[in-house]
Amino acid sequence: MAQHVVPPSTYVKVFGGLTILMILTVVMAFFNLGVLNPVVALTIAILKALLIVLFFMNVKYSSKLTMIFVACGFFWLLIMFFLIMPDYISREWLTPAIPW
Amino acid sequence: MSTIAARPESALMPKRHYANVKHSVASWLLTTDHKRIAILYLISITVFFAVGGFFASMIRLELLTPKGDLFDGDTYNKMFTLHGIIMIFFFLIPSIPAVLGNFLIPLMVGAKDLAFPKINLLSWYLYIIGGLLAVWALVKGGVDTGWTFYTPYSSTYAKTEVFLAVSAAFIAGFSSILTGLNFIVTIHKMRAPGLTWFRLPLFVWAHYATSLIQILGTPVVAITLVLVGVERIWGKGIFDPSLGGDPVLFQHLFWFYSHPAVYIMILPGMGVISEVITCFSRKRIFGYEFIAFSSLAIAIVGFLVWGHHMFVSTQSTYAGMVFSFLTFLVAVPSAIKVFNWTATLYKGEITFEAPMLYAFGFIGLFTIGGLTGLFLGAMATDIHFHDTYFVVAHFHYVMVGGMVMGFMCGLHFWWPKMTGRMYPATIASIAAIIVFIGFNLTFFPQFILGYLGMPRRYHEYAAEFQVLNVMSTAGASILGVGYAIPGFYFMWSLFFGPAAGPNPWGAKGLEWQTQSPPTTFNFDEGQPIVVEEAYAYSIGGSESVS
Repeated sequence: MAQHVVPPSTYVKVFGGLTILMILTVVMAFFNLGVLNPVVALTIAILKALLIVLFFMNVKYSSKLTMIFVACGFFWLLIMFFLIMPDYISREWLTPAIPW
Repeated sequence: MSTIAARPESALMPKRHYANVKHSVASWLLTTDHKRIAILYLISITVFFAVGGFFASMIRLELLTPKGDLFDGDTYNKMFTLHGIIMIFFFLIPSIPAVLGNFLIPLMVGAKDLAFPKINLLSWYLYIIGGLLAVWALVKGGVDTGWTFYTPYSSTYAKTEVFLAVSAAFIAGFSSILTGLNFIVTIHKMRAPGLTWFRLPLFVWAHYATSLIQILGTPVVAITLVLVGVERIWGKGIFDPSLGGDPVLFQHLFWFYSHPAVYIMILPGMGVISEVITCFSRKRIFGYEFIAFSSLAIAIVGFLVWGHHMFVSTQSTYAGMVFSFLTFLVAVPSAIKVFNWTATLYKGEITFEAPMLYAFGFIGLFTIGGLTGLFLGAMATDIHFHDTYFVVAHFHYVMVGGMVMGFMCGLHFWWPKMTGRMYPATIASIAAIIVFIGFNLTFFPQFILGYLGMPRRYHEYAAEFQVLNVMSTAGASILGVGYAIPGFYFMWSLFFGPAAGPNPWGAKGLEWQTQSPPTTFNFDEGQPIVVEEAYAYSIGGSESVS
């Protein structure tokens, strides 16, 4: 399969995007949005990761097989979160018979 | 001298092969030939196996008597920690994939080399750097955290060389990732014409599943170990409760990798057994597709069960129930393999060469190891068995009885291919039986010790446990002899063994269709073309024969 040639200007734009998102991360740290704090932080982090994966790692121009493998990687990360969270959510549900 | 296994009368050593094409040290250390890199790994893991084995023998020697009369408690802690770190990160994980996988996968798929030969060499160097760091940690005074590096002891309180040991495991992890990456790309992209997915040897399927775990799981433990370093060096609260962290979070992250790592160790062994059982039964494997997909099922479901290591941590009981249920699920694909191997033997023309003896050992011992795992996967019984010798016996039945047996099985099966020479068959068979006896005498008493309540990781124990401990130590001596004997006859074989010829076992598979040892680019006769299924032996029918 022929290698897709990405023009340098694309990388410059992505770098600019990442810089803006980094500044946004710092700025948002000064605002207390309550329960929205993690939502905003995670949204910015996901956008940064997407830019890196799609452009710097060239996944946008790769074969479907590569995309499947990348998706699997993120799916595995979700499995980890999905199975760890029930522990933290349900730890308090059972009051121990003998308080420690 | 005893008889030589299946030696063809007319076999001659080929004049040119991968091992004699160049002779300088640099030609080995800078090689990109997958076969030479496999040999580099074989030498390296043998050294680490000897070091890890030394610590094991020290542990067993200390436990010969109830009193701590050989080492004090701190030294004993370092002994079992270094035994665990070296055996797991520097022997068990790389052994079959990095040695046999490296050597055989390109041959089995009909390729000249792996997809990324330079990355393959890089992975060996990373492994060596990691290994040297571990040795440095040992020389500087050792580590006493246990191979699991549990926090907050490892991150805050331990006074030993934790950072060096963690760095060693971290770097070795990258070696594992790169090997897995190489295998996946090679299997996807470099298969010979006609070699469809369902004609692949099951050894290749097993390595494909293993590689998925290596790529998906290893980065998590790498990051976790970095976080231990961050907390230890900069005092940032991540796992230490006194700094605002959560030690159970470490256990979640650590076991998310380290339980699947058990399958990194055992799946390649299962791949070896599938090859050997069919060859020495002269029979098509029973349920090819089931065995192939059970490898993938083990890889996937194996990622969902890690919480069974944490039933007695502060993990929620409800989470524990989910993990317990999932743990029982992972037994299903493992059982599929065992049943299918047994069905393959049924009405086969079975012969008892040394690789087959190791394969029988694997099936029996892995089954015991797997079934006793269910005791530990059930929450109620795990409360009793947790941190006792029952756990030690269980994982040694899987790791040593399973994986090391698988490695010895594979080494004996493909030794003629790797070196072009045969070894003395009778002595090899005797060694296999000695290993089996020594192993059971070492570890079966530990099930009873654990059941009776003897805790692991203590250098002293109650006097009533001594008889079983003496049996265990005596067994370890026999096991040591069993492992030493192949070292001698393999060295003899290397210089004096009769030529093996291309296919001394009459086995199927592309690797047996080229000379032994192969040339640098494997198939000098031209690109092989596959026209039949993987195990087209005479019994059981095949797509090309029937």
